Formats: sequence, C-alpha cells, structure tokens
Amino acid sequence: MKKDQNKMLHGIASAPGVAIAKAHVYLKDREEIHDTSITDIDEAVRSLEDALSKSKKELLKIFGLAIDKLGEKRAAIFEAQLMILDDPILIANIIKRIREEKKIPEYIVDDEISKYQQLMNLSHETYMKERSHDIEDIKNRIIRNLRKKKWKSRIENDVIVVAHSISPSDTVLFSRVNVKAYLTDLGGLTSHASIVARSLNIPAVVGLHDATNLIENGDTVIIDGFHGEVIINPDEETLNKYQEKIDRLSRSDKELIELRDKPAITIDGKEIKLMANLDLNEEVELIFQNGVKGVGLVRTEQLFDEAESFPEEEEQYLYYKQLSEKIYPDTVIIRAFDIGGDKVLPVDLKEPNPFLGWRGVRLLLDNPNLFRTQIRAVLRASVNKNIKFMIPMVTELSEVRKFKQLLEECKLELKKEGLPFDKSMKIGVMIEIPSAAVMAKEFAEHVEFLSIGTNDLIQYLLAVDRGNEIVAPLYQEFHPAVVRTLSHIIKEGKKAKKLVSLCGEMSSDPVAIPLLIGLGLDSLSMSVSAVPIIKKVIRNVSYKDCKALAEKCLTLETELEINNKLHIFFTNNILSTSEDFLGEIQ
Amino acid sequence: MIERNVTIINNAGLHTRPAATIVKIASKYKSEFFLFKDGMNINGKSIIGVMTLAAEKGSHLTLTFDGIDEEQAAAEITDYFNRGFDEM
Repeated sequence: MKKDQNKMLHGIASAPGVAIAKAHVYLKDREEIHDTSITDIDEAVRSLEDALSKSKKELLKIFGLAIDKLGEKRAAIFEAQLMILDDPILIANIIKRIREEKKIPEYIVDDEISKYQQLMNLSHETYMKERSHDIEDIKNRIIRNLRKKKWKSRIENDVIVVAHSISPSDTVLFSRVNVKAYLTDLGGLTSHASIVARSLNIPAVVGLHDATNLIENGDTVIIDGFHGEVIINPDEETLNKYQEKIDRLSRSDKELIELRDKPAITIDGKEIKLMANLDLNEEVELIFQNGVKGVGLVRTEQLFDEAESFPEEEEQYLYYKQLSEKIYPDTVIIRAFDIGGDKVLPVDLKEPNPFLGWRGVRLLLDNPNLFRTQIRAVLRASVNKNIKFMIPMVTELSEVRKFKQLLEECKLELKKEGLPFDKSMKIGVMIEIPSAAVMAKEFAEHVEFLSIGTNDLIQYLLAVDRGNEIVAPLYQEFHPAVVRTLSHIIKEGKKAKKLVSLCGEMSSDPVAIPLLIGLGLDSLSMSVSAVPIIKKVIRNVSYKDCKALAEKCLTLETELEINNKLHIFFTNNILSTSEDFLGEIQ
Repeated sequence: MIERNVTIINNAGLHTRPAATIVKIASKYKSEFFLFKDGMNINGKSIIGVMTLAAEKGSHLTLTFDGIDEEQAAAEITDYFNRGFDEM
C-alpha cells in the first residue's frame, strides 16, 4: 500500500512558480551518539585524524566555491571553520580524552565541541547563536566523516530540496545543481532561502514547520509557490492538474519573454519606467533576461550581512562600480546602509523597540565615519554618471542637511586627493516614515527624487508589525489612509517637479499597479521576477481608466471597498485579456 | 609573564575575522597567550575558544603572554587590538 496520497501542507509563499519533482530531504540532523567504549585506541585516533583531513578537503572545496560565489570577505566564515579543524588546543583535548576515557571518537568530538556551543548559546547576542550554528556545521561534518558517510550535501540534479533551514554553505552548494524548488521548515519571507530562491527564480515555500518529517526522500512533491502550498505524493488527477499548470505557465512565460523588449506603456500611451530591486549579485543577470533597464533600489546592507563587519571603502567602491558598469547606461539607485530593525547589526545594541529605534539615517549620522566611507565609495563609483544615492528612514529635514554637508565634505576630500566622481550625482530620500510623507513637499524641495518605501510606510502608518502574527491581518496594503498618503506624496513630489518612484513590495502586486499608475507614479521598482507580469498589466490598461480608478479609491472609506474595487478592475481589464499567468496570482 | 589590558574599539566587535587573525598571530609565537573576560579564560591559540568570546565594542579584556618571545607577541597582538582590528 502506498502512503497517503495528496497530503497537503501550507506554508509561506516565498518565491513564485510551480514545480513537480522528487524530494531530496536534506537533513543535517544525525543519528544519536552513544558513549560506546573502545579497545583499540590508536585505531580510534587514526580514524579521527582521517576524518579531520577528509573534512578539511570538503571544506576547502566549499571555501573555493564560496569565494567564487560570494567573494573573499563573505567566505571568511568558512576559513574559520577550516581553522577549527586545525585548532591545536581542541584537537589535543579530543585525543587526550579518547585515550583517557576510551570512548568512540564521535562521542568525544560531539561532547567537546558542544561545550563551546553551550557557551555561545549562553550569550544574549543573536550573532553568537548563529556562530553556534556554524560550529554545529563543522561538528557534524567531522562526525559524519568519522562514520565514513557520504557527503550528504551533494544532491542530485532536478530535485526539490526539503530542509529544516538553509545555511550559506548549503546555498553555495545548491547553486551548482539544477534545484527545482526549496521547501523549508523554518524561515519567513526574509530568510536566506527565500531571498536566494527569489533571486534565482526558483519557487519556494518556507515556514512549513515539519516538512522534513512528513516528506521522505524520493517522494513526489508538488510545490505551488504562488499560494504556499505543497502536495506530497499526489494522485494522478492532481498530478495532471499541476502538470497542466506548469505547461500553461511556461507558455505564458514564453509570452512574457516576448514582452521583454517591449516598453511598459499603457494603451493610451503613458510609459512607466520599470526598474529592479537588487538583492544579490546573481540578480544582475536576471535583470537583462527580464528586460529591466535600471535598478531602482540597491540594498547595500547585504555587503556586510554575512561578513559580520563593515565593508571598507575600496571593497564597496569596487562593488558599486562594477554594478554601475553592468547596468550602464541605465540608472542605478544605491540606498545607503539601512541597518537596524530586522537587520540588526552585531554591535552592542539592544533596543526594546528596534523598529522605532536606531536605524537608517539615524544610525548613519551617528556613525559619520561609517557613513563617509559609503558616501566616498558611492561618489568614486559614480564616474559613469549613472549612479543616484538615497537615504533611508528620514524623519526630519535636518537629516537631509547633515547628509548633504557630509556629502560636500567627501566631495572636497576626493577633489583634493585627485579622485574623479560625478559632481552632480543626484540624491534622494526614501519616504517611508509618516512624518516624511506628511512633509513630502519640503523634502522634495531639498533633494532630486523621492522613493516611496511602502513596506515600512504601511507598517508605521497603521502601527502594525506584520511580523507579529497576532496583528498581521491589520497590515492592509490598501487601507484608505495608505492610498491617500501615497497620493499626497506623489502630488507634492510632482508639484516640486521631482521624480517620484515606489520601491516597496506594493509595486510587485499586479492588482495594485492600476492604482499606482492612476495616482500618478511614473516609475516603479520591484523584484526582478515580477517585472514581466507587471509589464503585462501596464500594457493592458489605459492611464485614463487608472486615473478614474485612483480617484474613486481616494473617496472610499474602508480597505474592503478599495480592495474589491481594485480586484474588479483587475478582473475586467486585465484578466479578461490574458488568460493564465495572471490568473495564478489572484 | 606580561599582562595587558585592551578595549574593543571597532564597531563590529570581536567577530569571526579578527578572532581568526588573533589566533594566526598568536600561533607564530612560542609564548602561551590567554584572553580573560568575564571570568572566562581562553587560550588564544584556539580559534574555537576565541570564538566563544562575545566581545562587543567597548568590552575590556585582559591579555597575558608567557614565554621566551612574550615581548614580541604582546606587542603585536596588543597593537592589533589597538588598531581596532584594522576596521577603523
């Protein structure tokens, strides 16, 4: 008897797409370790030495790949793991204990390394707990090699990876094979697995809680990354249904590819500039594949997310410079480090309420040396005149003034040093705090462009932390206050004759697009994979209709009414003209 | 034996990269090298040991060096701390 068919799991839809493939359950857990006694001590020590050298070989391989994929600095974490394998104190202790206690090496290795992990877990710093995970990685590697087990992280082509969570070293390894989809027990939209999956255009569902228990190696799995659904061992009917879906999608994919070189222009001739939000280096290639020409948001925090420290000027300069060259002649908008909140930095900082605390431009202005390093790097990279620079989380005009002063000082320094830069590099601010939204007019007068960050703006405007499950339903994208605030910002920006763009998640939502166009936005920046769909929406609506829709929405009093209005508009104007793909996202 | 008091001055604190560098420097010398912080006594030639230290910006540590080349070891390592692990 075959196991249960059609078992359905629900998780968080973290990267769009549908896939059917065999599951590869990627488990890092190992079997229990017993303190079995041994008689041949020399043999045990020899097998420990073998396991260490085997582990070293494996890690060197990963280290090399990591340097390739992530760059030298971010690969440093693997270097530390390598050093642990050579740690004279640790290894001597393990050997001494094997000789004295006469227990199998895996027991001693586990016990000895776990002691260090316990110390790390005692710390209140989150990065120490992550460090403990890194140590777990190396500990398991040694134990696995002691048991002479195969390199489990080697996975076959064309599988769906099912894992508890996905670490940087996994990512490096998986990127080499044709993984069809990712499923993880843990994680949210901002977890490592989600970001990587989205940037590689691979469907993913995260936060499934116990997928690794419920799915077995070789099970056939259907993943629907649009709805966050997973079906284990589907029956034939279900299988056919999803296979058809995949076929339809690939047909519409083709259709979307054909759209690639066509402009994002409404029926009545209004062109909307579509730009990409950039997460990882790899995404640059996708930008060209999807026919996007500029980058509306470069999240620079990633430069040190994994390096655990601030990147130096030279490193930043090279990164920005390469990016600007790749995108040239189109524009690249670099956002200054937006550190804090959910992206807490490993410094001595414990805030009761980080989202209302020390983040964005506040932190940057308090760390002028850090800020200067970035400003100098961006300026130096701007020689091709296609870089713009914007500041996150502004709440008052003095922050813009202070930033401009730093900018001028940096320009003066560079001039003295004889280093070239774009003297008229355009600067802008993110409008994502209600106070800045209210004062959009004044901000627009002091900078060259405004970029609306809807994720934070909605969160702050409605006082809802959308990571908090209890109140998450109150996070309403189309709350009347949100729509009216957007309208206000756009109007004030336009009055000041400044460019207004939107780079939040809202710009990836096909249903929101007619409203955003109707409110008067000329430029949208979104995740790369959303671009073709959004382009399709734009090409199927008229600016006139969108404007009427927006005007109507501005008079409505509840999110429900606005939401209905937008969905009806979407169904009537877009869904009817294009069949499949857009239907998937409804 | 030499004793030195140092303070962590770089923003990111004693993270993985400086930890590795400290161990690499210490390993060049014959002298024994220990780091003391919050009652913990860590052998400075052990990377896994140094990694257990959560030393943020502003933390104080005591370093001890003992052996024939203790002067040189103390000078080089103290200097590395005082340079903010070259991240200033």
